[in-house]
Amino acid sequence: MPITEKPVLQVKHLTVRYGKGCPLCGEHLEKNRCTVCGTVWAANDISLEVYPGEVLGIVGESGSGKSTMMQSLYFDLQPTSGEAFLSDYHEGTKNIWDASAAEKRTIKNCIMGMVYQNPVMGLRMEYSAASNIAEKLIAAGNREAGAMTERAKELLSAVEILTSRMGEAPKHFSGGMQQRVQISKALANNPAILLLDEVTTGLDLSVQAKVLDLIRRIKAEYGISILLVSHDHAVIRMLADRTIVMLDGKIIESGLTDQILEDPQQAYTQQLVHSLL
Amino acid sequence: MSILEIQHLTKNFFLHNANREVHSCKDVNFSLEEGEFLGIVGRSGAGKSTILKCIHRTYLPTEGEMLYHSTAFGKISLVSASEREILYLRRSEIGYVSQFLNIMPRTTAKEHVMNALTEIGCDKQRAEQQAKEMLSYFQLPENLWDLYPNTFSGGERLRLNLAHTMVKQPRLMLLDEPTASLDDKSKLLVRDMLIRLKNENTSIIGIFHDLNFMDGLCDRVYNISEGVMEG
Ligand SMILES: Nc1ncnc2c1ncn2[C@@H]1O[C@H](COP(=O)(O)OP(=O)(O)OP(=O)(O)O)[C@@H](O)[C@H]1O
Ligand SMILES: Nc1ncnc2c1ncn2[C@@H]1O[C@H](COP(=O)(O)OP(=O)(O)O)[C@@H](O)[C@H]1O
Ligand SMILES: [Mg+2]
Ligand SMILES: [Mg+2]
Ligand SMILES: [Zn+2]
Repeated sequence: MPITEKPVLQVKHLTVRYGKGCPLCGEHLEKNRCTVCGTVWAANDISLEVYPGEVLGIVGESGSGKSTMMQSLYFDLQPTSGEAFLSDYHEGTKNIWDASAAEKRTIKNCIMGMVYQNPVMGLRMEYSAASNIAEKLIAAGNREAGAMTERAKELLSAVEILTSRMGEAPKHFSGGMQQRVQISKALANNPAILLLDEVTTGLDLSVQAKVLDLIRRIKAEYGISILLVSHDHAVIRMLADRTIVMLDGKIIESGLTDQILEDPQQAYTQQLVHSLL
Repeated sequence: MSILEIQHLTKNFFLHNANREVHSCKDVNFSLEEGEFLGIVGRSGAGKSTILKCIHRTYLPTEGEMLYHSTAFGKISLVSASEREILYLRRSEIGYVSQFLNIMPRTTAKEHVMNALTEIGCDKQRAEQQAKEMLSYFQLPENLWDLYPNTFSGGERLRLNLAHTMVKQPRLMLLDEPTASLDDKSKLLVRDMLIRLKNENTSIIGIFHDLNFMDGLCDRVYNISEGVMEG
């Protein structure tokens, strides 16, 4: 029985460049910046695959291009070049970055869910938690108010937000609660892929534990594939099946999570792992 | 039939910051028959744990071959198997137990064991049933089942580890000093459990500090400096 499953997401040669670039860029990079023309290569030829039900960990220092990659996937920025394929979009035969605006909205609403490090990016802070979720449901074609309220209740309970507070605006919630509302919003239309960018950073430990437990349950019970960016190696070790290491816009190493953490091959990965253990 | 063949396995670590190579295990050769219990002995730092971690692919072998006879894949090289294949084998065929516990926050002992099953698609009710059976089998006191394991003693952690790994009924078990930090009474209990596993035809490779413990348990012993000997 060879493993024949196809990736749910495949990224090929993603590049995000700020600046025009020059013929010398390749040889004159200092970190991710060309010393000749000043162009910043925020993501530089990134390729990866994500399989059904797996959690892919993404680690790397600040500025290495993690959020750039996540935001490209969620169409928050248009990459300079590269392709990405989703098994749920034309069976993985069409590059999502060539999709029409309407198709991109469908992908964002129904195939992917995004949780930003900063909840302000993912929530309408002035609207109620329930409306935040309803907005997603409406975008996916739901119109029936009663059913939407039920679904909002279900989603908020799943992330342990009291349904009695669903009428309140997230601006009145704590950071951990805002993150959980963001997660429930991202899950609203049963996406195939969840993008989580530093979702536990800055939360106190007991709140972090709640969010981690939630992610573990999403993985175990819904079978959703997750891209998980985190600076916290304990989080990566607990949740990620495989992990990629980014540096200066590039993937410099990838492997099984325990192998990356216990037998890192690259000098940079060794330094990263040993500085945090 | 052999379930695992280790041929000329060598592992070196290159430490970039020190610009130095650490030689761990060198030219290891043994095979493991189905249902056999192989003990590994050697002085501290001889590379015992390294061998098990290479088989589990936590470490990438530097040289050599490791052939595993899988139910799902047939004969497969653990050196060149894909990450997805290794993940599958870890979930379904190969278990690894050490004295360390990899726990999740807010997960009780019972849930920890259940998760091993729900992760591979088992429904909750059946998972709970089997988790309870495993926890009783490994004699973790029932009043601990619904507690978070971060306060557990060494012996309790070990029993939980064994239950977590065994509930999936792996064909091959890798045990790295699971009895370290246990008192004599608990050690005997573990020994008893290992004999039961062996009688159920589980193939086992184990590292134990205590040579008395291995006596009569292991079919054969691999001594890092001398090679394989009859047990
Ligand atoms: N609009 C922009 N103009 C110029 N450079 C940018 C722009 N946005 C991002 N960058 C640069 O791209 C690089 C990658 O940024 P990115 O936000 O992806 O990093 P990150 O890996 O998510 O870091 P962190 O861990 O700090 O969140 C950085 O060097 C950043 O300064
Ligand atoms: N992850 C690692 N990185 C670097 N060196 C390691 C690593 N793991 C083990 N070693 C080295 O390999 C040698 C064998 O270690 P180990 O297999 O743990 O020994 P044993 O289990 O026999 O006591 C030691 O010199 C140890 O320092
Ligand atoms: Mg970022
Ligand atoms: Mg050891
Ligand atoms: Zn340039």
